Amino acid sequence: MRQIRNFSIIAHIDHGKSTLADRLIQSAGLVSEREFRDQILDNMDIERERGITIKSQTISIPYKSRSGEEFELNLIDTPGHVDFSYEVSRALASCEGVLLLVDASQGVQAQTLANLYAAMEQDLTIIPVINKIDLPSADIETVKEQIETELGLESETAVLCSAKEGTGIDDVLESIVERVPPPARDREKPLTALIFDAHYDSFRGTIVSCRVFDGVVKQGDVIRFMSNGASYRVEEVGVFRLNREPKAELSAGEVGYIISGVKTVSDTRVGDTITLDTMPAPSPLPGFKEVKPVVFSSLYPVSSDEYLSLAESLEKYKLNDAALTYQKDSSVALGQGFRCGFLGLLHLEIVQERLEREYDQSIVMTVPSVEYRFLLKDDTTVTVDNPQYFPDPLDIKSTFEPFIKAGIIMPERYMGAVMKLCLDRRGGNPRFNYPSPGRVEVIFDMPLAEVIFDFYDKLKTITQGYGSFDYEIIDYRESDLVKLDILVNGEKVDALSLIVHKARARDWAVQVCERLKEEIPRHQFKIAIQGAIGGKIIARSTISAFRKDVTAKCYGGDISRKRKLLEKQKKGKKRMKMVGSVAIPQSAFVAVLKTDNE
Amino acid sequence: MSRDDNAGLYVHVPFCRTKCLYCDFYSVTSPVLLRPWLQAVRKEALFYRDKWALFDSLYLGGGTPSLLDESALHHLMDHVLRVFRFSSDAEMTMEMNPDDVTPHRMQMLRDFGFNRISLGVQSLQDEELAWLGRRHTAEQAENAIRMIRCTGFKNLGVDLIYGLPGQDRATWLRTLQRILLHKPEHLSCYMLTLEDRTPLGRMRAEGKFIQVGESDQIRLFLLTSRFLEEHGYIHYEVSNFARDAVSASRHNQKYWNHTPYLGLGPAAHSFRDGVRWWNVSSVEDYCMRIIRGEKPVEGSEILNGEQLQLEAVYLGLRTKRGFNIALLEKNTQTGTALNRLIRSGYLEVRDNRVIPTRRGYLVADRLPMEILS
Ligand SMILES: Nc1nc2c(ncn2[C@@H]2O[C@H](COP(=O)(O)OP(=O)(O)OP(=O)(O)O)[C@@H](O)[C@H]2O)c(=O)[nH]1
Ligand code: SF4
Ligand SMILES: [Mg+2]
Repeated sequence: MRQIRNFSIIAHIDHGKSTLADRLIQSAGLVSEREFRDQILDNMDIERERGITIKSQTISIPYKSRSGEEFELNLIDTPGHVDFSYEVSRALASCEGVLLLVDASQGVQAQTLANLYAAMEQDLTIIPVINKIDLPSADIETVKEQIETELGLESETAVLCSAKEGTGIDDVLESIVERVPPPARDREKPLTALIFDAHYDSFRGTIVSCRVFDGVVKQGDVIRFMSNGASYRVEEVGVFRLNREPKAELSAGEVGYIISGVKTVSDTRVGDTITLDTMPAPSPLPGFKEVKPVVFSSLYPVSSDEYLSLAESLEKYKLNDAALTYQKDSSVALGQGFRCGFLGLLHLEIVQERLEREYDQSIVMTVPSVEYRFLLKDDTTVTVDNPQYFPDPLDIKSTFEPFIKAGIIMPERYMGAVMKLCLDRRGGNPRFNYPSPGRVEVIFDMPLAEVIFDFYDKLKTITQGYGSFDYEIIDYRESDLVKLDILVNGEKVDALSLIVHKARARDWAVQVCERLKEEIPRHQFKIAIQGAIGGKIIARSTISAFRKDVTAKCYGGDISRKRKLLEKQKKGKKRMKMVGSVAIPQSAFVAVLKTDNE
Repeated sequence: MSRDDNAGLYVHVPFCRTKCLYCDFYSVTSPVLLRPWLQAVRKEALFYRDKWALFDSLYLGGGTPSLLDESALHHLMDHVLRVFRFSSDAEMTMEMNPDDVTPHRMQMLRDFGFNRISLGVQSLQDEELAWLGRRHTAEQAENAIRMIRCTGFKNLGVDLIYGLPGQDRATWLRTLQRILLHKPEHLSCYMLTLEDRTPLGRMRAEGKFIQVGESDQIRLFLLTSRFLEEHGYIHYEVSNFARDAVSASRHNQKYWNHTPYLGLGPAAHSFRDGVRWWNVSSVEDYCMRIIRGEKPVEGSEILNGEQLQLEAVYLGLRTKRGFNIALLEKNTQTGTALNRLIRSGYLEVRDNRVIPTRRGYLVADRLPMEILS
């Protein structure tokens, strides 16, 4: 029997995980020259367009070691962006070891540390790998020092490679088989297989990605989902190559997939344990930590008769994105929808885009919010993540918002600009660390609400991409919060309401009014946009009535061009949301998020 | 062979002596390719010989067709008239610039059967003409009109441009009033449109002048319409006015009601039986293709029912004919939208046709979106 090694590649964003995976896949000859493309595991359009990994991807690679032994390496490429950390933590549960990549020119960054801790928590073997040694700016000595001091790992154990040029790949492979411990492979015990991912296929039903810890599963077996007892007959099991590859069985220690004609989407839950109906395991595997969403926003179908279709799509979508949480919600302006929780703003954006692309849903999303707490006069506390449920101001004794410890690591020269940014965002209590020469870490206490909009983009810009940012929620602090309402022609658009700090309310209101003015097309009547706290108007803008648009000439060559324009507008109209008699484009709801609130 | 006997023939002459500062049409100022172009159009006509039954309009447009000299015009028209059949009462229009009008030339045009002149006057204020980069003065333009009349042309269309920076009601009315003295059968009054890629468009972008504001544009548009209707003209399309129903440009109306038309020359568009096709726009390309024995067609599209309907609605909304109300979906949403637009004075419904009002013309680009779902 071939030996098995299960490992993940983890790192800060862009440190070269997917590129290293490419080299490992190519060294096993799994892909022909013609089929190959860079970051081949990033197979979603949206990943390729953005150049980042969003989903963890598993692939089994055959490998013959220098000593001539045959191995099956189960590699999981993970995303580096903090918003997808849930993908990483689930991948880790299937592994015995990790390759922790560090970019030789950027050094240790926020997610390097965060992912290291996640791997340590699971007690995995950690192999530090210094990547991008081909870069002229590579500084291997400094990075080795960081590995010692910042990561607490032994720098001699680091493997050097250039994923791009393919140097050091053999060393990486050898270190995996030598240092990552083999999985336990007890075939006799009752089956336990951990579902770490899934997706819905309209022909085959739910396809489950799992790691088998004990026992064996094969075609014809009747399996049982332990959380709800649903049982199904197995149609196919197999492993992941570039595509699915059926196998006779999956046994303890292996990573692969199970197809069993599951058409009831809700039967499958990521984190659940699969066992055999005839010989069930006594208890399920521990599963995963619950996700704790930090950003909330409501999601509505553009046209209200698509609510059911949205509900169905969300259910299927969630199979493939376990980090998303949602429950029913409703709004006066937008009808029935869902309140969703996300791991961050990028996560939110990706969910929206994937629902539109993969499920053909046209949706409107409301302004994101964090979770606020209110101490009421009757001494009860309520938690609110939706401005709609902002308590009556007369009942409120005090208001609290979540604070984070924000850590930013950057080259020293950017410190002034970063400090200014943090102070503008109500940051306080600054502390400094000097992890290695020339680099500085600033730590601020900051309201979470201040970083969920465009903080990260801003930081990237002012540090020219060299700043990395990480945060953890520390506590709730008292804060002067108000609810800002937006009125369009006197009608409150509840979906645009927002909970903000009082000192920032006016700026926000002005910006939202201006943004909406740009986004809402002119109508045949004048449209007033107002920002209000309670009954008090604090900002306004006006969209003048639409009076003339006719083009002077329309002869032979103009006719098709004009028709095409109308066809495009017709499509756009389908994405408009009526509020009273005003048509608000879907983009307007998103645009207010992009508000530059400097 | 199509049984259509009311098709239009358009020939595009892509040459101008100099480029007007506002012009966004495809035309070149170098005459080098004039002869090759002429040879090419003649060949192109042959591709379609016997495929079109009968034309009842011809439009020689440009560019500046009036720059064709006697022999070129002879070469072209002799051929066109031999290759295609025209009805005896066909409307035969020639687009002209005032500086090209001479008694001799006009006589020649009559001899070829032209019975309608579309004259690019644009303004009767010399400063305005200079600003637009026109090659003629107001006086030249009026003399041209007199010559056209003297040679017996009973059907004259005049093109004017308004909405120039600094222009007010008074100056625009002066041009209109003057032109009315000549009793043109047809008037096209185009609101100045500045495309970014034209010299004037660039000057505007650089802040060299300020375009007339929207309110003033609206005022000028409504003034033009009211003034000309008071003087007996029919405002039959957004920018077009006719003395009476028969004076409306027979050829141009074909573009707006899906009547078949064949376009020859670079960038010319054609339409028949729900298919639209168009030629390559560069003169060089056009000639090369024809020399190689290929049709110079750059692209084509087959319009489906929905697209034909969309065109019928939006084109209808630019003309007094309007469109047949049966083209609209019968649902409450459409009904509500239609009623709202009628109540707000943008539309009327007469004899089962939805017709834009004067104010409706102003928002004609937007109206289709309001009533189509
Ligand atoms: N010079 C050089 N560039 C590399 C190397 N490895 C990766 N890159 C480049 O670094 C960029 C990011 O590479 P990816 O493999 O997508 O990085 P990643 O870690 O998978 O990124 P995420 O999945 O988004 O976290 C790409 O432009 C790669 O070409 C290397 O060894 N040398
Ligand atoms: S004469 Fe007509 S086509 Fe030629 S440049 Fe002037 S406006 Fe344009
Ligand atoms: Mg990647």
